[in-house]
Amino acid sequence: MSATVGSHGRDLMRGPTINVLLCLLMAWSLSFISQAAWGANDEPQARALLEALDTSSFQAKGDAAQAIADSDVEQKTRWLQALLDGRLGKERRGDRFYLITDDSGREWPIIDAITFADAGTGTRRTVDAFKINNDLRTRIEGMLASLSLSAGDEASRLSAAKRLIGEVTADNADSVRQTLADEESPNVRDSLGVALAIYKVQQGDADSLETLRGNLDTRVRNILAPIAAGDSELAAEAQSVLGGIESKRAWYDRAQTLFFGLSAGSILVLAAIGLAITFGVMGVINMAHGELIMIGAYTTWMIQQALPGQPGLALALAIPGGFLVAGAFGVVIERTVIRFLKGRPLETLLATFGLSLVLQQLVRSVFSPLNRRVASPDWLQGAWQINEALAFTLNRLAVLIFCLVVFASLWALMRYTRLGLEVRAVTQNRAMARAMGVRASRVDMLTFGLGAGVAGLAGVALSQLTNVGPNLGQSYIVDSFLVVVFGGVGNLWGTLVAGMSLGVINQVLQPWVGAVLAKIIVLVGVILFIQKRPQGIFAPKGRIS
Amino acid sequence: MTLTDNLGRGDRSRQAFLSRSTLLTSLVLIVGMLAVLILNALPDSNALHVSGATVALLGKYFTYMLLALAVDLIWGYLGILSLGHGAFFALGGYAMGLYLNAQTSPLHGWQSIMTYFPVAALAILLAPGLLALVFGWLAFRSRVTGVYFSIITQALTFALMLAFNRNEMGMGGSTGLTRFYELLGFSLSSEGMTVALFTASGMAVLLAFWLCRAITVSRLGRVSMATRDAEARVRFIGYRVDHVKLALFVVSAMIAGVAGALYVPQVGIINPSTFAPLFSIEVVVWVALGGRATLYGALLGALAVNYLKTVLTGAMPDAWLFILGGLFVVVTMLLPQGIAGLISKWRGRQEASA
Repeated sequence: MSATVGSHGRDLMRGPTINVLLCLLMAWSLSFISQAAWGANDEPQARALLEALDTSSFQAKGDAAQAIADSDVEQKTRWLQALLDGRLGKERRGDRFYLITDDSGREWPIIDAITFADAGTGTRRTVDAFKINNDLRTRIEGMLASLSLSAGDEASRLSAAKRLIGEVTADNADSVRQTLADEESPNVRDSLGVALAIYKVQQGDADSLETLRGNLDTRVRNILAPIAAGDSELAAEAQSVLGGIESKRAWYDRAQTLFFGLSAGSILVLAAIGLAITFGVMGVINMAHGELIMIGAYTTWMIQQALPGQPGLALALAIPGGFLVAGAFGVVIERTVIRFLKGRPLETLLATFGLSLVLQQLVRSVFSPLNRRVASPDWLQGAWQINEALAFTLNRLAVLIFCLVVFASLWALMRYTRLGLEVRAVTQNRAMARAMGVRASRVDMLTFGLGAGVAGLAGVALSQLTNVGPNLGQSYIVDSFLVVVFGGVGNLWGTLVAGMSLGVINQVLQPWVGAVLAKIIVLVGVILFIQKRPQGIFAPKGRIS
Repeated sequence: MTLTDNLGRGDRSRQAFLSRSTLLTSLVLIVGMLAVLILNALPDSNALHVSGATVALLGKYFTYMLLALAVDLIWGYLGILSLGHGAFFALGGYAMGLYLNAQTSPLHGWQSIMTYFPVAALAILLAPGLLALVFGWLAFRSRVTGVYFSIITQALTFALMLAFNRNEMGMGGSTGLTRFYELLGFSLSSEGMTVALFTASGMAVLLAFWLCRAITVSRLGRVSMATRDAEARVRFIGYRVDHVKLALFVVSAMIAGVAGALYVPQVGIINPSTFAPLFSIEVVVWVALGGRATLYGALLGALAVNYLKTVLTGAMPDAWLFILGGLFVVVTMLLPQGIAGLISKWRGRQEASA
């Protein structure tokens, strides 16, 4: 009766929407009932089990622990865990057993091991904790693992089963077999099967190797490696399985590298795509581009400060917010400075660089020279674990998708809208476009604002990956220009391809030469490429240069 | 501005080496230097005494002026804007730094050749010179010009900054090279050494000024100015534009290297931040403020901005970047010819009224 009530209580506590207070109250009263039940029926049995632990022989202690594990006493998991931690003990002058809840100080708070009732405090003098050695520790860990296998929900059974991989011994093999027979969930069955197969292979059973073929778990590989090193028939078989595992892992590793590369590349593309518009399409060298990215990132941070505890909403608002704020800065910069420096690229470069210094110092003075951390919403944290060897970090995946969405919208904007048409007209032949009634000066302003706004979007995305600080933009400016020039000026596709390929090349080089050298190699490579082919990957067709 | 305009102007002003402004600038440099030396020699109690610290500061300004000359030579007279001249400056500085390190502790591997002063002196010229030769040859051969050139020079200095930050380079990693004690057997901390380095830097500025002047009035200089204004036409006439560019670029890099080498013993440290793109761009602002395409303008700009920086970073450190950034904007928008442009406008008005 107590077991059903107890599991009912656990179910209630797992329910997501239940009032916490009510839940606690229920749990407390239920535990009271179960304690009462214990007191009535099973205390002598529990006491007998604990008494058996009180011996100096580790072998006998191990058997006693096994007896506890095999019994159906409710508290057994807690006892074994406490025994493992050295927190289960016996009263020195008496026959009560205690669990030490905290052994960090000189005085330990203790509770009765059988009723879990508060028993005041104990010290080294009054409570004699049971000691264990390494062999015993291993045995108890095995018992705990198989205990949690037979109880709990599917997730905890699965994690227990995974923990068993490589830990199955003669002691617990039978119980694992038993659990495997009783288990219904296919995932748990798979893991248990692998754990058992490893045990059997270790015992010399070649047939079980088939179960391990293609398994990506590192532990499987590590256990197989020494077995495959021999020269028996088993070793040859293990060798082939290991070879299969290694090549499969290598493929997943490549996929992982590709993902990291594309994700690094998507950051480059995001940072450069705004520049591809202002520099590539309009021909304006905007050295303050990095600072527009920074403004986007700070906008995200500010919106998040205004909406504490709601990072998801703040992020959703930051996307239009970052675009508008950075875009507004861009329009102001275009109206006040760049407009007057038309056709003088080197002067534009210097003036906008000056602006970038001013903006940096502005952020330092208004906010602080220190970096700010922007929180990520829950759904951007963690990773999407495809299998043991392949996982996609969610925030990087989101940035990659965001980058593609921004690129697609921008491309569509340039291709299908009136503004896009006018921009292309003004770029191709300013005088003619004006003669046809296009207000070139207004188009300039809007185009620059658009490029700046996209830089702001890059800042929003970056805020999810790194800390936000006054130097955020500066670190991207050299890269962004290289990406645009590498891809071919005036070509959005070129920017996408260039950014992605630089990201991937960088990631592929990194394991061999390290992060810094990889970056240097990429920089030098791009410099040499530009010398060889100044028009970039995608050269504009025809005689336009 | 067309080529014929230019040649015409060049013919009219076919200048002798010693023009009025050259004479005046040389005179100001020499007199200024002598004045500082004399005032420094006065006893401490004298009100006009110039302290050793000030002499060291002025010596540092001289090296900046040298660097500004190097940038002006190619930006003002050749029209190529290098945003990576700090790299050549830093390479010269590192060569000097290695030599100075070798005075007190033995160097290892290939660096041990830097123990000898003639080798070090050669390295100060060759390291930046060779880099400029290779980089320039690749760039000019494939006609990388304008903004593209600026961007790849910036990438170059950025890549070098990353490289010198690595400890594996054997250049002291991010700390750079410090602990300099002796130069040519004399202690670096002595006042005599400060004065000597100041004098050497001043002489270097004077010599580099005359060298740049000689180049710009020569046939090479006139072709280079024609290249600046109409590159395609000069090429069609039959000049090897890439050779002209390469020659000036290498000379300019070497001047920058010497500047770096003189800079290092005076400040006592060289580290990868000298490679930072910001420093290189700052140099361009000195030239822009002083007046591009006038040699004395570059000298004036370097002195003015750095003096301002010394004063302001002490008095109100937060405002310095506002002012520097503002200078970039104001100079490019309102003073495209810089201070030198103001001076010549003022002189033109005087002549007109006379």
